[in-house]
Amino acid sequence: MALLETKGLGMQFGGLKAVDNFEIAINDHELVGLIGPNGAGKTTIFNMLTGVYLPTDGDITLDGMSIVGKKPYQIVKMGAARTFQNIRLFKDLSVADNIKIAYHNEMKYTTLEGILRTKRYWQEEAKAHQEAIDFLSIFNMQDYAETMAKNLPYGKQRKLEIARALATNPRILLLDEPAAGMNPHETKELMETIHFIRDKFNIAILLIEHDMSLVMGICERIVVVDYGKIIATGTPDEIKNNMDVIRVYLGE
Amino acid sequence: MTKVNFKSYLFNIVAILSVFVLIQILIANGTLSRYYVSILIFICINIILATSLNLATGFLGQLTLGHAGFMAVGAYGSALTAIYLRSNDILTGGIGLLLVSIIVGGLFAGIMGIVIGVPALRLRGDYLAIITLGFGEVIRVVINNLAFTGGAKGLTGIPRLVNISNAFWIMAFVVTVLYTLTNSRQGRAIISIREDEIAAEAVGIQTTRYKVMGFAIAAFFAGIGGGLYAHFIAFLDPNTFNFMRSVEILVIVVLGGMGSLTGSVMSAVVLTILPEALRDFAIYRLLIYSGLLVVMMIFRPQGIFGTTEFSLAGAIKKLRYNQIVSPRKKVKEDD
Repeated sequence: MALLETKGLGMQFGGLKAVDNFEIAINDHELVGLIGPNGAGKTTIFNMLTGVYLPTDGDITLDGMSIVGKKPYQIVKMGAARTFQNIRLFKDLSVADNIKIAYHNEMKYTTLEGILRTKRYWQEEAKAHQEAIDFLSIFNMQDYAETMAKNLPYGKQRKLEIARALATNPRILLLDEPAAGMNPHETKELMETIHFIRDKFNIAILLIEHDMSLVMGICERIVVVDYGKIIATGTPDEIKNNMDVIRVYLGE
Repeated sequence: MTKVNFKSYLFNIVAILSVFVLIQILIANGTLSRYYVSILIFICINIILATSLNLATGFLGQLTLGHAGFMAVGAYGSALTAIYLRSNDILTGGIGLLLVSIIVGGLFAGIMGIVIGVPALRLRGDYLAIITLGFGEVIRVVINNLAFTGGAKGLTGIPRLVNISNAFWIMAFVVTVLYTLTNSRQGRAIISIREDEIAAEAVGIQTTRYKVMGFAIAAFFAGIGGGLYAHFIAFLDPNTFNFMRSVEILVIVVLGGMGSLTGSVMSAVVLTILPEALRDFAIYRLLIYSGLLVVMMIFRPQGIFGTTEFSLAGAIKKLRYNQIVSPRKKVKEDD
């Protein structure tokens, strides 16, 4: 059974059908790309998958359980984490604190224990700090642990956002245009990071991207949408030679 | 608890104790007259109000303009509780009566915080400011027109239970609780909402819950501050809790730094003494306040302390090793 599956998913904004009958099934450990021209409905699909929008039609299941109507934080707990098109970090907090906030649900001490600073508070805080540092060192960012997130270079901010999403311990990661605004060198580094995290954390990844070298380079399967409808699915090579896709991207 | 933490605890306890002892010595040898002592008590009350508002505005990031409303609920709740308990001979005076009544007053304010918070926190920014402003005025007008609150005549017969010792220790307790709260995982969740609400929810924070929680705790402590005020002045006039009162508290928070408790403490001290020192210019007080704010917004919009806390242990360490550049700054310079 697929990890993340949608059936007849649709979203209507007033008279506009932003997404229509969108069907996708992503298996464990799979790397899937979602591409399409601007305004095709890609981010709307993401927002439905992560609980930001309530779909007007269809159903979404994560590991067999429907997630339609669930709040974003509940969906995160069920194992789907995401990043944003425009980076959303906790800018005025340190890099380590950004990661620790993602550990929130793993820590168990109560508000009262936190105020009284019981033994459990010290233990869990010390453990969370150590885990955050270890986690950052996977991304080779341990030296930045105490830096404020807003002072990181752009590429590192992207990396931190991905790391923060991974810190919630997801089974599927949704990346919304991770290469946006990156130079070719940074894009290449990002490709390596994405490959690396997929194998290291053994997760499935769905990514939206405009950078074709990245999509074609790393995705095993690509879904192309236009005007809210799927127009093609297949391997990178199939997509490259698909007449519909060429028509959408280059015109007749 | 690590060695460093233990050291900084020790420093802080010693510092708080020595401030307390200093005040007691100055009172004993007659340096501080009753007038000065009453200013010190007002400083304690303002610190409680400012730090609690800082939790809602500085840490949670929700601009509220109705803090005087919560203070009023706490003040009246606590005063009426004390009057009731005393007239029924359940508790006749002393610290027990003070603690019970301010906690009851605080709980009333906290419940009000939840009642207002649940619908109001759906709104953001200016809209939330307007709804809380309106709420503050509603509270004042309601109190003005109720019989059991004494109405516009004011409430009299409140036992005078506050002195500098208990005001000081209650203040120290409130600031400590707010400090440890903001440094726990719940505190981090509250701060993450200020930083980016959408991102906070996307990493699994129950934003609604923590917004209401932060707001209710802020209201609770504002109620405690109001209770101390009631038992110090021993007379309540609903018009004390007008919009200007909320603005005064907000000015303290903004000046000290939104997101810095130590900043609020320092700025509460300065902004309580300043109007007293400038008594002769009392009519210009608001002018000075607004001028101060304008200057502040131009030259240091983040407030005196910004979001950083003043740490006694850190300051001592710096002095000792003459370490001007903090480790955090070093990392920044490297990249």
